[in-house]
Amino acid sequence: MTLIVEAGHGFGGFRLRAGFSAEGGVTALFGRSGSGKTSLLRIIAGLVRPDEGKVVFNDQVLLDTSATIFLKPHRRRFGYVFQEARLFPHLSVRSNLLYGRRFAGNTPTGDDLARVVELLGISQLLDRAPDALSGGEQQRVAIGRALLSAPRLLLMDEPLAALDEERKAEILPYLERLRDEAGVPIIYVSHSITEVARLADQVVLLEAGKVVATGDPSHVLSGCVASALGRREAGSVLSGVVEGLDLESGLARVKIKQRSLLVPGHGLSAGKAVRVHVLERDVIIAVSEPQGLSALNILPGRITSLERDDDTVLITANCGGDEIFARVTSFSAERLGLSLGQEVYAVIKSVALER
Amino acid sequence: MDWLTLSDEEWVAIRLSLKVATVAMLCSLPLGILVAHALARGRFWGKSILNGIVHLPLILPPVVTGFLLLVTFGRRGVVGAFLYDWFGISFSFRWTGAALACAIMGFPLMVRSIRLSIEAIDQKLEEAAGTLGAGPAWVFLSVTLPLALPGIIAGMILSFAKAMGEFGATITFVSNIPGETQTLASAIYTLTQVPGGDAGAMRLTLVSVAISFAALLASEAIGRVLSRNGRVS
Repeated sequence: MTLIVEAGHGFGGFRLRAGFSAEGGVTALFGRSGSGKTSLLRIIAGLVRPDEGKVVFNDQVLLDTSATIFLKPHRRRFGYVFQEARLFPHLSVRSNLLYGRRFAGNTPTGDDLARVVELLGISQLLDRAPDALSGGEQQRVAIGRALLSAPRLLLMDEPLAALDEERKAEILPYLERLRDEAGVPIIYVSHSITEVARLADQVVLLEAGKVVATGDPSHVLSGCVASALGRREAGSVLSGVVEGLDLESGLARVKIKQRSLLVPGHGLSAGKAVRVHVLERDVIIAVSEPQGLSALNILPGRITSLERDDDTVLITANCGGDEIFARVTSFSAERLGLSLGQEVYAVIKSVALER
Repeated sequence: MDWLTLSDEEWVAIRLSLKVATVAMLCSLPLGILVAHALARGRFWGKSILNGIVHLPLILPPVVTGFLLLVTFGRRGVVGAFLYDWFGISFSFRWTGAALACAIMGFPLMVRSIRLSIEAIDQKLEEAAGTLGAGPAWVFLSVTLPLALPGIIAGMILSFAKAMGEFGATITFVSNIPGETQTLASAIYTLTQVPGGDAGAMRLTLVSVAISFAALLASEAIGRVLSRNGRVS
């Protein structure tokens, strides 16, 4: 799969000028609200016709404003999962799921329904009316409905944004299964680092209608770039592989570059590639190896940068090749007398790494 | 209770009224849905003019509408002559003319009701249907129309009720011929004009009240069924 997007579009004082290309897997369009992610997704779907631009999918030109080519959404065969589920209120869950089937050609079969229903865990809901479902259930049905239209590409516009934390945690594992099992490439719009770190193979970072970075999630999501999103979610994203699970403690050991981290192990299995999102405000810096601490992760490293702003300091520690960010108060940094090149220990609580 | 027994002429008027109202309602329905959809969703030049024309029969004196129909659809009228010469369709002084007059008088009510229900539909649902592969025609049939159904049924009932009571335009256009164009309303009018006709007028009035009331109850019942289980199929 290759998708190439380039678009320039102005509306209401906002100017979008962005382009990216995607190959298979999950590509996340990431940025704060109002950065143009959703507009870009709607242009890919054909729901918005941009002032200028080009959308090419596997050598098929779907949009080319210079040649006045514009393929209507229903001819693109891209599934779209909206922020709100948008289920048809006059149809049962089953009829909703099967709505797109008649347009999908011969591809989907009865097995597909069974498979999707199983994948999303919605078998008990089939004969219910959409308004009798919870928000999380509705969103899972909406995902199933899009999947059963046999899409060539699945576009997801913050499918979890309208849900509370509990519902999000309920759906995320299904999205991971979807990524690993359904084999449909996905463009995933989100402003949550946690979601993107968990799901994406590639990240396109948008800011004020422009692409400011693309690439591997660990790189794009870490540090300065992501801190543009605000401090609350800023931190480092570390790629690793699950080395083993300790059934007794329920913890998993994740091998990052040279060090390893203990994280809560549910939903993980040995050998699985994972990303761990370490919030910079969750990291404690110690100048000597701490003793008698409840925190399970104590990583030795070296300070590679100190950035001061207002009354906090952002410390970057290189721990065996992985960069870990820690934000501390200026007062605390001065008290410890931190300096570049100093040997320190980054202390991270395992519970803070709950995925 | 003898005075309650309907005479043959009265039965004829009742049957004719039901026939005229039913035909008027059913024949104007497709056009009503089309116009309501265009007014609710369309963006085209002359939309407010179309809206004005649709609503005109509501504002004009019925006699004026009847006269305009006579001028246009009469045997010598522009449209009437054309229809008669090419298709042999004639409206003047026929029950079909009464149906045409009723359809036009009820049209604004029908369009208004359907338009409101189409406007109330969340267009995001239609957008979602499009992303699932449904073309515009299928989106209309499978999403817009079913969701507008309560408004469509209300519009049909309004049009039917209006047709049952239509008098001015009908009598101007197709006159008051017993057995052909004498509907319930015209029959009551005729009976009030002759000495000793009061009993007959009262009988037909009761029938008229009963039919209107039944239509109202039917619309309520359909509305209830739709909101209870008609929304899931």
